[in-house]
Amino acid sequence: MTNDEMTKVMGMKEAMAAYVHDGDTVAIEGFTACICFAAAHEIMRQGRCDLTLCRMTPDLIYDQMVAAGCARKLVFSYLGNPGVGSLHAIRRAVEKGIPAPLEIEEYSHFGMVGRYTAGAYRLPFFPLRSYAGSDLPQANPRIRSVESPYGDGSIAVVPPLNPDVAILHAQRADRNGNAQLWGLLGVQKEAAFAARHVVVVVEEIVDEAVIRSDPNRTAIPSLVVDAVVHEPHGAHPSYVQGYYDRDNDFYLAWDEASRDEAQTRAWLDEWVYGVADRASYLEKLPPDAWKRLAAGEAWAEGVNYGRYV
Amino acid sequence: MAATYSASEMMIVTAARALAGVRTVFVGVGLPNVACNLARRTVAPDLELIYESGVYGARPARLPLSIGDPTLVSGALSVCSMVDLFGLYLQGGRIEVAFLGGAQIDRFGNMNTTVIGGYDRPKVRLPGSGGACEIATNAQQVFIVMRLGRRSFVERLDFVTSPGHLGGGAERAALGLPGGGPQVVVTDKCVMGFDPASREMTVVSLHPGVTWEAVQAEVGWDLRAAADVQETPPPGTDELRLLREELDPGGMYTQ
Repeated sequence: MTNDEMTKVMGMKEAMAAYVHDGDTVAIEGFTACICFAAAHEIMRQGRCDLTLCRMTPDLIYDQMVAAGCARKLVFSYLGNPGVGSLHAIRRAVEKGIPAPLEIEEYSHFGMVGRYTAGAYRLPFFPLRSYAGSDLPQANPRIRSVESPYGDGSIAVVPPLNPDVAILHAQRADRNGNAQLWGLLGVQKEAAFAARHVVVVVEEIVDEAVIRSDPNRTAIPSLVVDAVVHEPHGAHPSYVQGYYDRDNDFYLAWDEASRDEAQTRAWLDEWVYGVADRASYLEKLPPDAWKRLAAGEAWAEGVNYGRYV
Repeated sequence: MAATYSASEMMIVTAARALAGVRTVFVGVGLPNVACNLARRTVAPDLELIYESGVYGARPARLPLSIGDPTLVSGALSVCSMVDLFGLYLQGGRIEVAFLGGAQIDRFGNMNTTVIGGYDRPKVRLPGSGGACEIATNAQQVFIVMRLGRRSFVERLDFVTSPGHLGGGAERAALGLPGGGPQVVVTDKCVMGFDPASREMTVVSLHPGVTWEAVQAEVGWDLRAAADVQETPPPGTDELRLLREELDPGGMYTQ
């Protein structure tokens, strides 16, 4: 059987039900780009709770999941609405315990990157030049330091992060889950190799031959992928390089709505609980949305891999 | 007749001029982003803009909404994973200057972007480190851009997120931090440097029309002055034209 005949393609409902369970440690990554809101909204609709949510930048996606009561704990390195301001739902949970107290485990960006890398490499820790002189190790006792066995003094270390499931959005994959991405790569690859299960969500399903024509672009191989979900525009309101731009109006609207608990609830009722799936969410967007968010065109020059027969 | 300009334009132009001759700069969003793009068009034509999102040598065609804006990717020299960005570029010592800002700063340039109040029951929960802690640790030099204010220039930080000169003197070097730490603080009223021995913030120049008292009133400790306090040169007409017509035509950061 060729790879093209094998398939890991699943629907979003089916994939989330199969791979996300109450109490799991979940990483939906994507640094500013390729943030899979479609998966998060489905997890919220399925009523998952008690999750440990890991993400460098919790962003709107985890602000919404915290507001929905999905999370017990947040593992992160930057709590902001990028370019807009605060994450009000998470702040309410941290500052006032509303809707429920939220445990936090906080690192810096390099610390989180190092945690996924150690997780992916199956190493006991990741050493990095950071945290000396900072109060972060006092706030988070899992940030420690070790003496270099080569006599170069001490170095900060962070523990590996191996999520139960990583959900990663990408531009395209074949049916077997070989996924290609371009633009900001974030920690997509490291999170995929670190996780026990991986769901890849893509804008397009392509033939295996397309993947094989440009192997350098394959960041996540089928080897580590459990399921592929075809969900075009599944990262809205974040962006996917070359496919669509960030819908900043949505980021601003959430900033406004999320300041108030009742309004937050109303927003979730309208955009998450009030729709059956991503397709019905997309139908709610104004008709000109995709024209407004069009990426335009800037193609890469092709390269010759050669034919070594 | 001298051109009129806003306090933000004064900050951006002054920050841009501080980059004269610099080759690699780690850019934050907002004012530093505009300053770095202005510097590339004026005093630092070889400047390569580096963003923690993984972009080296960005040529943004629009004002980026965030450090992860897709306009930073298209046309960049290189886009890499974040482990490469932090490991190879930052920790590898390739960053000459990094721009940082924060909610609070103390006299030694240590900064807080984590909490106001106690960590466990914060009065205000701020965004946290992001890359700031390792940027402050590893960049060869750190330039800070912040508006003066008693709530931000404080005697004692509620939380040290990013190390500056720690307790002053040789403390930073003794702890083995690879980078040189904060060198310049550009504010809306003055420019400050750091005393070479004590590493305490010292006023180097006052912006035109600003008095010493006006600066001291916005700072929570007894400020020191450099030996010879100058007047900061005002923005030139070329710089203002670039800012207003090309870099920030909407006036998002300059007004």
